[in-house]
Amino acid sequence: MIEFEVPKPIAQQSYVLKTVAENMMRPLSRKFDENEHDVPWDYINFMHMAMRATGAGSLAPSNGEPKMGPDGKPRPRIGYQLLAFMLEILSWGDVGMYLVTPGGGLGAAAVEATGTPEQKAKFLARFKTEKPVFAAMAMTEPQCGSDTSAIRTRAVLDRATNEWILNGEKIFVTGGHMSLDLSEGFVVIWATIDPSAGRAGMRPFVVEAGTPGVKVTKIEPKMGIRASDTASIVLQDCRVPFDNILGSPEVVVEKTTTGFKGAMATFDATRPLVAATAIGVARATLELLKEMLSQQGVTIRYGLPCQKMSYVEREVINMEIMLRSAWLLVIKAVWMADNRQPNSMESSMAKVRAGDVVTRITQKAVEIMGPLGYSREYLLEKWFRDAKISDIYEGTGQINRLVVARHILGYSGRDLR
Amino acid sequence: MYSFEPSDEQKMLVDAIKRYSTSNLRPAAHDADEEGQYSLDLIEKGWELGFLQASIPETYGGFGERSAVTGVLAAEELSWGDLAGAMAVLTPGLFALPILLAGSEEQKLKFLPPIVEGEWKPNTAAFLEPHYDFDPYELKTVALENDGGYILNGEKTYVPYAKEADVMVVYARLGDKTQGFIVPNKAAGLTIGEHQKLLGIHALPVYPIKLENVQIPKEDCISGQEGQNFRYILSALRIAIAAMALGVSRAAYEYSRDYAKEREVFGVKVAQKQAIAFMLAEMATEIEAIRLLTWEAAWMMDQGKEEADKQAYLAQVGAADMAMMVTDRAVQILGGHGYIREHPVELWMRNGRGFATLTGLTMV
Repeated sequence: MIEFEVPKPIAQQSYVLKTVAENMMRPLSRKFDENEHDVPWDYINFMHMAMRATGAGSLAPSNGEPKMGPDGKPRPRIGYQLLAFMLEILSWGDVGMYLVTPGGGLGAAAVEATGTPEQKAKFLARFKTEKPVFAAMAMTEPQCGSDTSAIRTRAVLDRATNEWILNGEKIFVTGGHMSLDLSEGFVVIWATIDPSAGRAGMRPFVVEAGTPGVKVTKIEPKMGIRASDTASIVLQDCRVPFDNILGSPEVVVEKTTTGFKGAMATFDATRPLVAATAIGVARATLELLKEMLSQQGVTIRYGLPCQKMSYVEREVINMEIMLRSAWLLVIKAVWMADNRQPNSMESSMAKVRAGDVVTRITQKAVEIMGPLGYSREYLLEKWFRDAKISDIYEGTGQINRLVVARHILGYSGRDLR
Repeated sequence: MYSFEPSDEQKMLVDAIKRYSTSNLRPAAHDADEEGQYSLDLIEKGWELGFLQASIPETYGGFGERSAVTGVLAAEELSWGDLAGAMAVLTPGLFALPILLAGSEEQKLKFLPPIVEGEWKPNTAAFLEPHYDFDPYELKTVALENDGGYILNGEKTYVPYAKEADVMVVYARLGDKTQGFIVPNKAAGLTIGEHQKLLGIHALPVYPIKLENVQIPKEDCISGQEGQNFRYILSALRIAIAAMALGVSRAAYEYSRDYAKEREVFGVKVAQKQAIAFMLAEMATEIEAIRLLTWEAAWMMDQGKEEADKQAYLAQVGAADMAMMVTDRAVQILGGHGYIREHPVELWMRNGRGFATLTGLTMV
């Protein structure tokens, strides 16, 4: 069957979240954009309470067994679809504030993707406690971003105390400050246990808040998503228990790419979700653009041949096409994840397109609205600034093109660099 | 529920069409484009796949039920073989489907069974007009009420198989609406011009027609329960052309991808160069995205959703842009060889430019 009906649980969730976005996020967007280091605690505490009330813990969907429906048949899984819709709406509200929604984000996703059942229980329980808790993932270093195998943060095993000793510097850690300083959270630090082994030496380590030897040294001033902190983290002889290396003990055996593959598995799951956040910003922009145009007496007439359209109408129609098709790619990618189908190519396609689309829509919208688009009196300029990171983090548009290309060509990383 | 898996019946249909496209259309397409026609035999084979017949309910002599989604799947697979060939096979639908979608019971019972039960007969439709800003809602072919019937005046262009048809649907402006009329091709006042030469689709014969005071009896005005719903017909035309664009684009993308994997440059395969690899990645992504947009619009049409017409329009516009981008890149990827009429990519690019204009030449 080919079907595009929004599942009821998602429609219900969307209704509630739209109210949250309109009432708790939009009125505060400008404030937290202009006061970069303030933290939107009202929003955070509200979301934490709401998620606890619904039984949700971390934002990552669990990989458990499907629920049974009233007819005794298993209900179709829609966990990732629910998440995609949720992230799209919250980002439609304010993508920077969405990024400070408690519940674990990328850090929890990494634990979900690579941790043992015991590790998941140990590290993810904190998201269901009374206070809001954050987690982050730290991969990028000053000298390497896209080339993750070039990381230098080192993990050395102290066999006497059965601890890992971590040394290195991570930058551009989304939510690092919230995770380590402002909550009892953790950061998943990607480090190498064998620099000569490249990818095969990479492992994820959970470093919990309060651990001696880990410190947030800087919070970056950014173009957009200013409500979210972007941290530099220094590890200096930071000791963590042996069991904080994510994955089963065999993972510690030298020269296996299980660790790297774990990173990639995390990204397959989160890439379409990040694409969803880009779509939210794009949709907010398109809607406001149409509203502002309408106030100026410009309506969009659908169905006209291009020769009769104004330039502005044609641009808006292009935006609608881009937005809808990009969103459908996201839905397909998360639907595949829900149906346990390998979706690496579709995830990357969704990310490529969403990055292009939000960039194009936000840039065009500011252009079209002239002095109104360029002014800080309206949110269009903020969304222009918020949008750009979507095509950069979680795999740049170029890296994701590389991933798509390798899939469609049947090439390995060695065949196509 | 979201779901992206065609049903088993749809898969069987697509497989059958794929076989026809591969074994019949592809080997014949090059010569057909050079010579300007397909053999009747080959078109009959496509007709015998029964796709149009399966879209018409039993009451009217068919054996199925029309579904825009199934139509989109079928059209993509047919046009993947060859666009002109696909349009040729589906020409009878240009006549049958408006009657199915918007005709009265009498009209459906009169006109549909002979089409379904018979051999391929290219009864057709006259939709496009020869002015640069053709607008389906502001046609320059005009129908005036006259003596209990109508009089038609105007000029139409790109009418597939107009000379070979017995009867055609002619769209004209009636008052402030667009209305379809059933017109015999030998009607007094109707002149069919010479076979037109186009940028692409050479193997689909198209003709201009002139209507000078052509008289239409009232019963040949296509009207359903409360007057004709042209919006639905237009959406069906748009979704069909979008689906055709997907097939041609997919053909071009696959061909250039496979070429790039074989061809060598600077000691590696062309596909191993990022510039080319990224072009292909973007082509694949664009096709997948527009395909989902088209599928969703078709599903909305089948569900009777309010937004269906707008989405069909967006799908057609998006598909036209996609087809131009993809087919152009396919030629580019083949370099000089892409420019020679021995590889199919230059044909696909000439066809690719058509999707912005050719709404009205095919329907599913």
